[in-house]
Amino acid sequence: MKRDIILAGVGGQGILSIAAIIGTAAVNLGMFLKQAETHGMSQRGGDVTSNLRISDNEIYSDLIPIGKADMIISVEPMESLRYLPMLGPDGWLITNTKPYINIGNYPEMHEIMAEVESINNHIALDADAIARDLGSGKCANVVILGAASPFLGVSFEELQEAIKAIFQRKGDDIISMNLAALNAGHEFALSQIKDH
Amino acid sequence: MQKLLLLGDEAIAQAAIDAGLSAMYAYPGTPSTEINEYIQNSKEATELGIYSSWVSNEKTAMEAALGVSYTGKRAMTAMKHVGLNVAADPFMNSAITGANGGLIIVAADDPSMHSSQNEQDSRFYGKFALIPILEPSNQQEAYDMTHYAFDYSEKYHVPVMIRLTTRLAHSRSGVLRRTSRIQNPHKLPANPRQFILLPANARRQYKDLLKNSEHFVTESENTGFNQYIDAADKSLGVIACGIAYNYLLENYQNGIVPFPVVKLGQYPMPKEMIKKLYQSCDEILVLEDGYPMIEEMIKGYLDTGKPVHGRLDGSIPRDGELNPGIVGLALGFPLTPGSDIPKVVANRPPSLCGGCPHIYTYNALNEALALYTKGRVFSDIGCYTLGALEPFDAINTCVDMGASITMAKGAADVGFSPSVAVIGDSTFTHSGMTGLLDVVNDESNVKLIILDNSTTAMTGGQPSAAFGRIESIVEGLGVDRSHIIVLNPSPKFHEENMAIMKRELEYEGVSVIIPRRECIQTATKRKKNEIKIKTVAL
Repeated sequence: MKRDIILAGVGGQGILSIAAIIGTAAVNLGMFLKQAETHGMSQRGGDVTSNLRISDNEIYSDLIPIGKADMIISVEPMESLRYLPMLGPDGWLITNTKPYINIGNYPEMHEIMAEVESINNHIALDADAIARDLGSGKCANVVILGAASPFLGVSFEELQEAIKAIFQRKGDDIISMNLAALNAGHEFALSQIKDH
Repeated sequence: MQKLLLLGDEAIAQAAIDAGLSAMYAYPGTPSTEINEYIQNSKEATELGIYSSWVSNEKTAMEAALGVSYTGKRAMTAMKHVGLNVAADPFMNSAITGANGGLIIVAADDPSMHSSQNEQDSRFYGKFALIPILEPSNQQEAYDMTHYAFDYSEKYHVPVMIRLTTRLAHSRSGVLRRTSRIQNPHKLPANPRQFILLPANARRQYKDLLKNSEHFVTESENTGFNQYIDAADKSLGVIACGIAYNYLLENYQNGIVPFPVVKLGQYPMPKEMIKKLYQSCDEILVLEDGYPMIEEMIKGYLDTGKPVHGRLDGSIPRDGELNPGIVGLALGFPLTPGSDIPKVVANRPPSLCGGCPHIYTYNALNEALALYTKGRVFSDIGCYTLGALEPFDAINTCVDMGASITMAKGAADVGFSPSVAVIGDSTFTHSGMTGLLDVVNDESNVKLIILDNSTTAMTGGQPSAAFGRIESIVEGLGVDRSHIIVLNPSPKFHEENMAIMKRELEYEGVSVIIPRRECIQTATKRKKNEIKIKTVAL
């Protein structure tokens, strides 16, 4: 089993938390992992990305080769499109539809969504709204992770365990909130795949 | 032993802790910051009494580390590539004094300039100083090489450089730890004159260093960090330095390269390995993340030997970071990108945070300067460099740490008025204070704005060396007290701030304005912690 995942978003949106949860699950399964992160200047509201690679076998490059990613997981719709050259022909695009607008020339949403919908395998959801309905706007990133979970090659239970381990110090409320967010994203993705 | 998920930076830090480090000094700089940060946050390091500090700049860090080495204890300093320019004086001379306790200089380079103003290759500095360099290809090697570097440093009494690039510095993977080693006791150098670089002594020391060059090459042949990996197809031989080795392997099923490869992780180069590769292969491909340093050496100025491919002949782009695709192309594999980036996607450059105090300083400054022709603001390195972008378009230069003040001085000295310098509090104590002394001594007509957000913001909020003392430093350097003015950069005080700036711009003489408000990021962090502490207290 091997998954090459591009995580995308804007500095401060919590893509590294998604990486940490998948990473913890993978390591608990005894898999190899490499995860290249963006630090420094771009974290100030710029576009950020992380290359996350998990595999049963040794991984060489910290960067995913262009056109070979199995999926793009994005917490922002325009950012999901920035990495399309990285995505393989059968790859999945999982993205939030809630835009993060901190630039003057942010494109029209319908143009962005038309591009997202032109990708064969895509799941698009308003993770912010789903998270808000659950009573925690801060968990939108984990809703997105939930929506990606059917394609990760890591079992849903392992992801749940990883969330428990990572948020252990923050208390039971935070854990159950994140578990609910994960579940909501997961349910959404399953309903989409059924329709697909 | 325990396996940890560590960034390349963190692997170096953990290894230093495990290898008996006694002290670590650094100034934050992407992509090196996480090394000292890790040591500062490490419970183990605290329990072991390891001294670690953020200091004023890379030069003071390097010198403090050298002082630790003098006493026989192990020391490390870490910096970004351009930080090594600042530390170049003690760095070059430390090669002549040599080390006593193990001494490591970590240089983190930034090819593609993700967060830097150039992509200089620190391996040239190591070569220039004639000291050994280690260049890890992965996180585990970063860990192992750090252990080895301390031993190496003590064996030959030489400072050792560890060079890595952004990608490895900021990429995470599993690292297997080794058993820990206790710290060295104090033990002064056997030769009491080792660290006295009077010419007569320095000549002797330099000859010793030159003599050691041969041993360094032998060491490079035998440690295992350099490897000759043979293969049947001799039409090409590949030299892969540091992380480039991974990109090479990525291009072949199960990482089996059909050509002979020299995996290069330790310099000076292992001469016998390189010779063997050159003699047995028809052509050579050099893969290095950085400048074509090795390629140039193999090729030679006249390029009369076998074909050598790399950045110089265009097989690899001349600038920028390597990746599996670029290396694949050089090996003859086509790129297979997915779909193009849709035209609708707009650039999203980094920007000042909402509520950042710099926004209001720039708003006031822009308005105050509207009376004059454009192009008057010399700036510096930090978050406030983002003032160059829209909607501010507020600064006109950014060169190196401290250059705002001295460039504004040069301009003012030839009659350019008003000449404005904008610098952050941490950059000011890094390299701005001496420049201000020049301004004061020469009575240069410079208007200096010290943006005091009380932190080193761009790199994540490390403490600022001037904390709470900017006015006293400025006054101590000789600025007239009536022209040291503290402002609150808030929209509430816009008119007032703008009027003060206008007035000071008209004044003939040295003026220092200090807009002071805590960085919005550190303020948020601090408030969160305060709530936490309160909750615990309840």
